[in-house]
Amino acid sequence: MSTSGSDARVLEMHDVTKTYVDGATRVIALEDASLVVEAGEMVAVMGTSGSGKSTLLAIAGALLAPTSGEVAVCGQVLGQIGARDLARLRRRRVGFVFQDFNLLPTLTALENVALPLDLDGTSSATARSEARRALAVVGLRDRSRSFPDELSGGQRQRVAIARAIVGRRRLLLADEPTGALDSVTGEAVLKGLRERADDGAAVVVVTHDARHAAWADRIVYLSDGRVVDETRASGPESLLTGGAV
Amino acid sequence: MSIKHSLLVLLSEGDRYGYELRAEFEGRTGGVWPLNVGQVYSTLDRLERDGLVMREDVDGERQVRYSLAGMGRTALAAWWASPVPVAKVGRDDVALKIALAASTAGVDVMEVIHAQRRSVMSSLQDLNRAKRAGSDEAWELVADALIFRAEAEVRWLDHTAARLTQRPRHRVARPKTEPSEQRSSNTEEVRG
Repeated sequence: MSTSGSDARVLEMHDVTKTYVDGATRVIALEDASLVVEAGEMVAVMGTSGSGKSTLLAIAGALLAPTSGEVAVCGQVLGQIGARDLARLRRRRVGFVFQDFNLLPTLTALENVALPLDLDGTSSATARSEARRALAVVGLRDRSRSFPDELSGGQRQRVAIARAIVGRRRLLLADEPTGALDSVTGEAVLKGLRERADDGAAVVVVTHDARHAAWADRIVYLSDGRVVDETRASGPESLLTGGAV
Repeated sequence: MSIKHSLLVLLSEGDRYGYELRAEFEGRTGGVWPLNVGQVYSTLDRLERDGLVMREDVDGERQVRYSLAGMGRTALAAWWASPVPVAKVGRDDVALKIALAASTAGVDVMEVIHAQRRSVMSSLQDLNRAKRAGSDEAWELVADALIFRAEAEVRWLDHTAARLTQRPRHRVARPKTEPSEQRSSNTEEVRG
């Protein structure tokens, strides 16, 4: 389909700008933001409220069209495909994890996870077996029949992650995925996302929490809609010799 | 860090040779604070002088075993029972540097903050990686302490950056003596 080099680039955003018109003023939500995330890579997006973090994530996930700039997911340029293909790409390639989980209360954990595949027309048996596999990945194999209100906050978020990775999704987008979880459970969620990246997914996490962002390979800072800074992981184990205290 | 009390803790569990104390100290604190043999023996000498530990020569000069004295047990109980005093407000090198950057003409305080944040985030990443790699509970406990402190520093840096962005004219001084040598600051831009 394409060369292995560009194949590794799951998400490509180039010079993306998003503006809103609010009455007489034009609000710049995102300006000339560029971000490339490869398979196996986890990127954290940080910034103050209103810095454009969630806009960036929504554009990356094809939930929102940019005013200008180019976005490609798995090699497909979003501006060049029709609405139906866009919806299909979103269903098949992109997984979302939201702060409030967004699980349907009347469906079991398994049904919630299988839902995106059901909607995509996958056979029920395949959808369920894929969902079971995704639940096993997040360590919830034995809770597949539980309803959301029978699960703890951490377990619900793991179901949400399973739903985001079910099938062959290559891009995982998480917006403040730890929400109101306690710190130990929140850390487990980030660890789970990290493991998905280690398994080959491209992961983008929006977070205001430095502890959580530090699970990523790269940390991008937004301010007033622009990328103002970027931190890459340093060499291995520089801490133990460097005196980080 | 109190080496003195750490050694008392280890001796409260049983008599130990000096080299055993060092190895055990490092094992129980995740190896984050390496101790040299000299520190161990000089601390033991002081503890013995103060009557908190007792020494017995087992095999001549080189094999010295230590045990906890009654006074040592009392001192240890008092240590467990009292909180470690919160560090006195002293000079904070980072705060000092940022305060100076914010008030010095021609210095981009945001760049100073970004550089500091990059450095702290980088050590946070190292800590997370090390935590993932290891399965040692002692190390994880110590790593968490370092992680939460580093997080606090990042929060403070973000807070400072946001404050300075909101009040750029108030905070960022303009060059007075060399008006021709202006350097622009990113903080001056205002978005709507």
